[in-house]
Amino acid sequence: MTPAGEARPRRQRRAPQLRLGPGPAVRAVIWTVLGLFFLIPLFSMVEFTLRSAKPGVYSLDRWVALFSGETTRYDRVYQGLGNSLVLAVVTVAIVLLVLLPTIVLVELRFPKLRRLLEAVCLLPIMIPAIVMVVGLAPTYAVVTQLFGSGSWTLAFAYGITVLPYAFRAIQSNVGAVDLVTLSEAARSLGASVGTVFLRVLVPNLRRGILAASALSVAVVLGEFTIASLLSRVNLQTSLLLVSQSDPFVAVIFALLALVFAFVLLVVVDRLVSVRRRRTAKG
Amino acid sequence: MTAVETTAHPIHPSGSPSREPRTGSPRTGSTVELCDLVRDFGGGAGLSGLDLAAAPGELIALLGPSGCGKTTALRALAGLERVDSGSILIDGREVTDEPTSRRDLGMVFQSYSLFPHLTSGQNVEFGLRMRKVPAADRRRRAAEALELVGLDHHAGRYAHQLSGGQQQRVALARALVTEPHVLLLDEPLSALDAQVRVQLREEIRRIQTELGITTFFVTHDQEEALAVADRVAVMRAGRIEQIGTPEELYHRPATAFVAEFVGLTNRVDGTVEGGRLRVLGQDVPLASPTADGPVTAYLRPEDVLLAADGIPAVVLTTSFLGALRRTRVRLEDGTELSVQHGARQRPEPGERVAVGLAGSPVTVAARAGG
Repeated sequence: MTPAGEARPRRQRRAPQLRLGPGPAVRAVIWTVLGLFFLIPLFSMVEFTLRSAKPGVYSLDRWVALFSGETTRYDRVYQGLGNSLVLAVVTVAIVLLVLLPTIVLVELRFPKLRRLLEAVCLLPIMIPAIVMVVGLAPTYAVVTQLFGSGSWTLAFAYGITVLPYAFRAIQSNVGAVDLVTLSEAARSLGASVGTVFLRVLVPNLRRGILAASALSVAVVLGEFTIASLLSRVNLQTSLLLVSQSDPFVAVIFALLALVFAFVLLVVVDRLVSVRRRRTAKG
Repeated sequence: MTAVETTAHPIHPSGSPSREPRTGSPRTGSTVELCDLVRDFGGGAGLSGLDLAAAPGELIALLGPSGCGKTTALRALAGLERVDSGSILIDGREVTDEPTSRRDLGMVFQSYSLFPHLTSGQNVEFGLRMRKVPAADRRRRAAEALELVGLDHHAGRYAHQLSGGQQQRVALARALVTEPHVLLLDEPLSALDAQVRVQLREEIRRIQTELGITTFFVTHDQEEALAVADRVAVMRAGRIEQIGTPEELYHRPATAFVAEFVGLTNRVDGTVEGGRLRVLGQDVPLASPTADGPVTAYLRPEDVLLAADGIPAVVLTTSFLGALRRTRVRLEDGTELSVQHGARQRPEPGERVAVGLAGSPVTVAARAGG
């Protein structure tokens, strides 16, 4: 028993922790400045699309007209959007079916080729789009002969354009997982090569795969140069065309594309964090 | 020194199996033969004519320094490493060219190898799932396997929620649940701390003995090898230097390399004359015939004693080991020796003592230039 009058042991004062990051006030300022930096242009875009003929009067007419389907003026934009979405899907498929197995194969069987693969995958970011198109133009003469001139064939070029982003996203995940040991463990338990890839490696690379897919979609939706120089219709080329007669529609679509990319990133992030939480709960 | 639990078994010079599994062990294991395996990496760690055979239910430890080829041998047996020549037989069936998935093996790896996206239970079920075992049976067997390693209440946990020791236990359960004929352990304890290592190695031994599964245990830790194995195969440069029971390796090493690698050894200059060895001022009989001339004698610390009169020496250091004490001394010719003696004797560093022989050298080797 504690004798009366004996002072309770004082709560130990915490040793001051070494704070490396900024304080709350500085953080708030950074958040505000960054927020304004991103929100002011978005707000300006919204404000621009709501303007009417009379100064100071705002209306939703242009938004309604765009989505009501009453006019065929915007068909080209919808066609471009449709093409871009198809291109995004095919590009993601190329990333998942070609790049992902290649990275895994190099990691498991040919680790000496890692550097070479990285260099090849990062090349597109160093080559200006215009130079790439000069090389792609004669290639596409052959592509058209083989696959026709469907807009989706542009995905072959986009598969190259997204390589640096998709590669980095997947590779950073690969670096964090011991693929060799996991695959050997699965093989020792009787798993075939296909089973090892689909049931052991892919689930553990899910984060990288989702990030690579989201980045690929974002890049494809924002791509203009290659489509324009190869005279293809995608979201950006059609927006440019429409903006010459109706700048408001171009801004609405640009705004929607931004919001879509944002939502996509949030969804991917949520999916990954739900997975993490579930893992943590056990 | 390591407490060796195993009983002595006759050694066979070719390294072929020479013993039955321990009494009471069900004989579910397979015979395994590695015949003249060669794997050339162009550097170290390859195999150069490895011959090794294991009896059903036997636990063989592959022991050797880094780069001696012990892990390569295990991986070749697992099918994870191809061999340039030679053959691998399990129960007399040649599996040299068969993929890993068809060899019916269980393997525990050095690095943690649980699938991070699956719970412990799902990890253990994985091998059964590959064999298309019905779900109910799968769950029951996984639960039994986890119970065997004492982790039945951890079935719902993911790898990152388990300690290193627990992860290796789950990996062991996962390797055993398919009831493989051969269990391969590739330094499964090397990432664990000392206390857990000892606990887990005893548990591995218990389970292996219970199941009677033929097991290969790769380790670079000689104490671990001596403690768990029926026979220890000491490897050097891609081949077996000596294979035998822990006692044989410790008391009758075939070569100087084995004498130095297994247990603590003192190297002392001596002379052989007329079939007797003169070392540390004493004449001792030789265990095996050796040509007359200068030799290096290999003495265990317990074969040297601090005597009332003998060769003069100076105490360098002394360490308390519980019931025993190990003291390092330097002779007048500069030779340093480790002497193991009772803890009651407490020599002080710098003290002048005398050393003598308490036993015979474990082996002798001709000394060049003598």
